[in-house]
Amino acid sequence: MRRTRQAFDEQLRELERRLVEMGRFVESMLGKAVKSLADQDAAAAREVIAADDTADEMDLDIEQHCMRLLALQQPMSRDLRTIGTVMKVIADVERIGDYSVDIARTAIKLEGDEYFRPLEDIPRMTEMVQQMLRDALEALVDRDLEQVARVVACDDAVDRMWYKVRDDVERVMQEQPEVVPQAVALLLVARYLERVADHTVNIAERTAYMETGRLETLAPSHRADYEAEGEG
Amino acid sequence: MESSGANSDSVIRSEGEVKVEARGLDLFYGEFQALRGVSVAVAARRITALIGPSGCGKSSFLRCLNRMNDLIDGARVEGDVLLDGERIYDQGTDVAALRKRVGMVFQTPNPFPMSVYDNVAYGPRLHGCRGRAELDETVEKSLRGAALWDEVRDGLRKSALDLSGGQQQRLSIARVLAVEPEVLLMDEPCSALDPTATFRIEELMLELKERYTIVIVTHNMYQASRVSEYTGVFLMGELIEYGQTTQIFEMPRDQRTDDYVRGRFG
Repeated sequence: MRRTRQAFDEQLRELERRLVEMGRFVESMLGKAVKSLADQDAAAAREVIAADDTADEMDLDIEQHCMRLLALQQPMSRDLRTIGTVMKVIADVERIGDYSVDIARTAIKLEGDEYFRPLEDIPRMTEMVQQMLRDALEALVDRDLEQVARVVACDDAVDRMWYKVRDDVERVMQEQPEVVPQAVALLLVARYLERVADHTVNIAERTAYMETGRLETLAPSHRADYEAEGEG
Repeated sequence: MESSGANSDSVIRSEGEVKVEARGLDLFYGEFQALRGVSVAVAARRITALIGPSGCGKSSFLRCLNRMNDLIDGARVEGDVLLDGERIYDQGTDVAALRKRVGMVFQTPNPFPMSVYDNVAYGPRLHGCRGRAELDETVEKSLRGAALWDEVRDGLRKSALDLSGGQQQRLSIARVLAVEPEVLLMDEPCSALDPTATFRIEELMLELKERYTIVIVTHNMYQASRVSEYTGVFLMGELIEYGQTTQIFEMPRDQRTDDYVRGRFG
């Protein structure tokens, strides 16, 4: 029994190792996508789009691994929660890959356009959400509920950045109607980044569930009855 | 995670009507203490599963509920077991009547070497039922209750020993049902059965719980998780945790339960 249990533990660790690997891969896709946008580098953007197939394969591979463990090990308690969590989290990570592709497509679309102002907030938001993704996956592997709380807290800062970008872009669109197409494209990029932050919060919430057994919406701004100051 | 055990006041009471209750139950086989201060309230018309490693006391506990341990030399019980609020270990308890109300199905199907009909009619006859029509009705009702009627109706006079293992176990259940019990105790009723026969017994249990209170001892955690509403976890004679089955298997409170259901010992 001990040997089969050890083998199962090893398979669970392998599952988390692959999840972290997928997280790193997608985080790098996101970084490259935003860099291709800032550098107006369409070739780099195309690489990000091509990389999405690998992210999708990783997603399917981990899901199959989870299904196999469910079928063969019939896990209970903490093991069950771990596998259930990984299955949910890969969907969030995969979506972050999709947003990276959306940003890369925007980079291709805007190649050659002169930006109405240098990109500053978007790269800053990107650094914030990349850190959130790293922290969320680290919290999952380490079962670190304090780290979970830090990830959730960062979401507010990203939301504030998003509101700021949105207000700035609104003003620019009113003042310079000729830049509206570019401004809308960049507004969407900021929105994608804000959504990436939400997915990292999902990961953090799932980690909390894995440890406590309670499924809760941890970020106040994600609750249905929340009214944001900057929202509206 | 706590490891305070479920024997204290923190026992989760089953919701609704309580059928059987143990209070501070100790069981000794001579010098050996098999159960230690077990307190639990078993919900009426629900399935309660008892799990735990071999020798943990779960079957011993089950046998306390209809005083089957009385048959074992040197067995001694302290504390109380209540059936509908009445102490079953009080002097003056009619043990035969108790076992009629609290029937038991054993691990291995144990048909008597007689016909299917006579197997089922055995209990009612013992309790004085002699009328042919009444017996016929009881036999049919019990076999239907045990989901066996359709398979044996044309062979009621055939030997019960010719039935398959799964059919024999359902016959054992029919035999218990024939004396119209209120509680069914099942001691690993599927351990000798193949998956299909096991599935049929589990289906049957889900039907039977509409009318009976069922307590099942099982080594198969997946069976416990499939059929029961409540689960008690025994370890070294103690009831270490008791709660809703979903809670026990998703988020146990006691570290020892977590270890057991995850196969970390046992």
